Amino acid sequence: MTMTATVGHARADPHHIGVVIEHPGPAPKRIVTAYGFWIFLLSDIVMFSCFFAAYAVLVGQTAGGPKGAEIFEQRNVAIETVCLLLSSFTCGMASIAADVRSRFWFYLGMSVTCVLGLIFLAIEFREFADLVARGYGPSRSAFLTAFFSLVGCHGLHVSAGVLWLLTMMAQVFAKGFRADVLRRMMCFALFWHALDIIWVGVFSVVYLLGGAP
Amino acid sequence: MLGKLDWSAIPFDQPIPLVAGAMVLVAILGVLAWVVVKGHLPYLWHEWITSVDHKRIGVMYILLASVMLLRGGSDAIMMRIQQAVAYQSQGYLPPEHYNQIFSAHGTIMIFFVAMPFVIGLMNLVVPLQLGVRDVAFPTLNSVGFWLTATGALLVNISLVVGEFARTGWLAFPPLSELSYSPGVGVDYYAWSLQISGVGTLVAGINLVTTVLKLRTKGMNYLRMPMFCWTTLASNLLIVAAFPILTATLAMLLLDRYLGFHFFTNEAGGNVMMFMNLIWAWGHPEVYILVLPAFGIFSEVVSTFSGKALFGYRSMVLATMAICVISFMVWLHHFFTMGAGPDVNAIFGIASMIIAVPTGVKIYNWLFTMYGGRIRLATPMLWAVGFMVTFIIGGLTGVLVAVPPADFMLHNSMFLVAHFHNVIIGGVLFGAFAGFEYWFPKAFGFRLDERWGKAAFWFTFTGFYVTFMPLYIAGMLGMTRRMQHYDVAAWRPWMIIAAVGMAVLTIGVICQIMQLVVSIRNREALRDRTGDPWDGRSLEWATSSPPPVFNFAFNPDVRGEDAYWEMKAHARQQSFAHEEPEYQDIEMPRNSPTGFVCAFFATIMGFALIWHIWWMVILGGIGAFATFVVFAWRDHDEYVIPAEEVARIDRVNLEERRSLVSMAGAV
Repeated sequence: MTMTATVGHARADPHHIGVVIEHPGPAPKRIVTAYGFWIFLLSDIVMFSCFFAAYAVLVGQTAGGPKGAEIFEQRNVAIETVCLLLSSFTCGMASIAADVRSRFWFYLGMSVTCVLGLIFLAIEFREFADLVARGYGPSRSAFLTAFFSLVGCHGLHVSAGVLWLLTMMAQVFAKGFRADVLRRMMCFALFWHALDIIWVGVFSVVYLLGGAP
Repeated sequence: MLGKLDWSAIPFDQPIPLVAGAMVLVAILGVLAWVVVKGHLPYLWHEWITSVDHKRIGVMYILLASVMLLRGGSDAIMMRIQQAVAYQSQGYLPPEHYNQIFSAHGTIMIFFVAMPFVIGLMNLVVPLQLGVRDVAFPTLNSVGFWLTATGALLVNISLVVGEFARTGWLAFPPLSELSYSPGVGVDYYAWSLQISGVGTLVAGINLVTTVLKLRTKGMNYLRMPMFCWTTLASNLLIVAAFPILTATLAMLLLDRYLGFHFFTNEAGGNVMMFMNLIWAWGHPEVYILVLPAFGIFSEVVSTFSGKALFGYRSMVLATMAICVISFMVWLHHFFTMGAGPDVNAIFGIASMIIAVPTGVKIYNWLFTMYGGRIRLATPMLWAVGFMVTFIIGGLTGVLVAVPPADFMLHNSMFLVAHFHNVIIGGVLFGAFAGFEYWFPKAFGFRLDERWGKAAFWFTFTGFYVTFMPLYIAGMLGMTRRMQHYDVAAWRPWMIIAAVGMAVLTIGVICQIMQLVVSIRNREALRDRTGDPWDGRSLEWATSSPPPVFNFAFNPDVRGEDAYWEMKAHARQQSFAHEEPEYQDIEMPRNSPTGFVCAFFATIMGFALIWHIWWMVILGGIGAFATFVVFAWRDHDEYVIPAEEVARIDRVNLEERRSLVSMAGAV
C-alpha cells in the first residue's frame, strides 16, 4: 500500500446525509470529447443569442428602407428549411453508417448532406445578392444590418460545416473508422444538428415574426 | 499590395513609443540570440513551445502575464506622472498619446495580465488537485495559450507599427466607430481581443470539462478543493460570457469594415446596445477574474492556519451564487443611461445582493483563521492583506451600487479607485499569493521569504498611498482619463498618488529580486518532499516538480482535504514498505499545432488590421491546414514504461517516508 494509492481512513459520509455515491474516476475519452463539444455548442448558441438580441432591438429601425415583409420571400425560406432539416436526417444516417462501419452508406449520407447544405447556401447567397442589387444591402438600415449579420452568421457556420464535412469524408477515406475519427464524426454530427436548431430560431424570429406586415 | 500599411505607420516623430518599442525589440532579439547561441533552441522547442503538458502551459501563461504586467505597469507609471505634473499645463504626454496609454493600460491589465495569470494558475494546479494526469484537451490547451500570446503580441506591435485605440479599454461607440476613430488603433484593439478571446474560450471549455468529467476515483463534487470549485464557476462564466464579447466586437468590426449600422448614429443604429452587450460580458468578467483568486485564498488560508476550511459547503454555495448573480447586475455600469428608476433600482439591489455571498466568504476565511496555528509566510501575508483591502473595495462598490450616489460618482476618480481597489486588492494579490504558494510545486524550490515579504509590504503600502488619494480626488469632482486639469484642490492628491506609484514600483522590483535570489539559492531552497507547506490537497501528494504524468497511480479519495487525511493515516499506520505494482502510462504527445496555428493567426490578425486581404486568406488557409495536419497524425500518445514510472516514483516516495517518520517521531 502506498501513499499515492490510497487516501486516508474511510470516511465516505462525512456529513451524515445517508447516501454516498463514490465518483468512479475519469470518464472515457469518447464521453469527455462529446461533453467538451457540447459546452462549445452552448457557447456558440450564446454568441448567436447576441445577434438575435440585436435583431430584436433593431428590427424596427428601417431608416426609411424596406421592412421585413417587403423583402422576405417565404417560398425560398421554405425550401431552405426543408433542405436543412432533410440534411439533418441524412447526417444522422451517416452517423449510424459510421457506427456500423459501412463506408458506402457513410459516403452516401455525407454526400447528400453536403449537397443539401450547398443548396441551402446557394439559395441564401442568391437572396443576399438580390437584396444588395436592389440597394437593400446591410448598410441601408440598422434593420438590414441585423438581418444580414444574423442570417449571415448562420450561413458562415453552415459553410464551415461543409468544409468540416468534406474533411471528415477525406479522413474516413484515408484513415478508416478509427476511434479518433469516430469521435470527430460525433462532434461534426452534433455541430450540424445544432445549426439546424439555430435555423429553427432564425426561421421563426427573422422570417415569421420579422416578416409580419 | 500592403493595404493601408506604409512608412507613415511608424511614429518617427514620437520618441517615447519608438524608444520603448526599440527596447522591447532589442530585449526580444537579445533573448532569442542567447537561446540560439547557447543551443537552448531544441530544448525550448521540444520541452516548452510544443508542450501539451498542463503544468508547462500554466507556467507559460504566468510568464506571459508577468511580462505584460511590466508593460501595463509602465503605462501606469507614465499616467501617474502625467497627472502629477499636468496641473495648468500640458504635462509631457500629448493628448493623443495619453489616450492610447490609458486604453492600452486597461486592455493589457485585464486581458493580458489578469486573465493569463489566473488561467495559468488554474492550468497548473487544477489537474493536480483533481488527481488526474492532464486536462481534458491537452493540444487544445496549447492552442489556447498561443492564441492568447498572439493577442498580446499584436497589442505590442501597435506600439511601433501604427497606433493603439484612444477610446478607453472598452472602445465605446460612437467614438470607436470609423467616423471618429479612422486610424488602425481600434482595429488593433478589436482583433487582438478577438484572437485572444478564442484562446480564452478554448481554455474555459477545457477546464469546465476537466473539472466535471476528469476527477480521480472518489473525488465527489463535495470533496473537491475550493480552488477547483472556483475554477469551475469562473470557467462556466468564461463559456457563457466570452461569446458575448466575441459577438459584440464582431458587430463593431462589421460597422468599421463593411459599413454596417449596429452602433452608428445614422440609419437607426443603437449606441446603448453596445453598452448593454459589452457589460453583459464585462461584469461576469470581473468575477471570472476574482473567483479563482477567492479559491487561492481559501487554499492558502486553510493551509497556513493548519485547519480545514471553515464552512466548506457555504463557500461552495457562495461561489455558485456569485456565478449566477454576476449575470444579473451589468446595468449598474451605466445607471446614468436613463433606464428609469425601476430598472435602476432592480439592478442596484442585485448589485448589493451579490455582496452577501462575498461577505460569507470573508467570514469563512476569518473563522478558518480563528483558533488556527497561523504561519505568516508570504502567501498568507498576501491573503491577509487581501482581506483588509478587499473589504474597503467591496464597501465602496456597494456605495456606487446605489443609483443616486452613482449619478454623482459615475466616471469619476472615485470609480477608478474602486475598481483598482478590488482588482489589485483581489485579483493581483490573489495571483501573487498563488504564485508564492505554488511556485515550489512548479519548479521544485521555494521562493526567498525575505524578498517576498519586502515585496508584499511595499506593494501593500504603495497600493494605499496610490489609490486612497484617488477616492478623495473623485469626491472632489475629478473625472477619470484627464490629460490635464486646472483645479488646484486635486493637485496634492495626484502628487501623493505618484509617490505611491513609486512605492508600488519598488514592490515590483522586490518581486523580481525575489525571483533572481531564489533561482541563485535554489539548492538551499530545494523542496525534496513535494510538500513544502504541510499542504492539504492532492497537488502536494506528488513530487515537486511533478513528473510529466503527475501521479504514478490515480489517487483514491475518501474525503475532503484528501492529502491531509493521507498523511494522518500514514502516521497512524507507520507506512507499509511494500513495493506497489507500477504500470505503463499513456501520455499525449507534444504537438506544434498551437504554435503554428498562432503564427498564422498573428499573420491573419495583422493583415486584417491593415486591410492586406491576400495575406488574410493566406493566414486562414494556413490555420485550417494546420488543423488538418494535426487531425491526420497516426500516433497521438506515447507510453512511459512501468520501470521508468517506478524509477521516478521511488525517489519521491523515499523522501516522503522519511518526512512522515520524522513527523511521527516528534
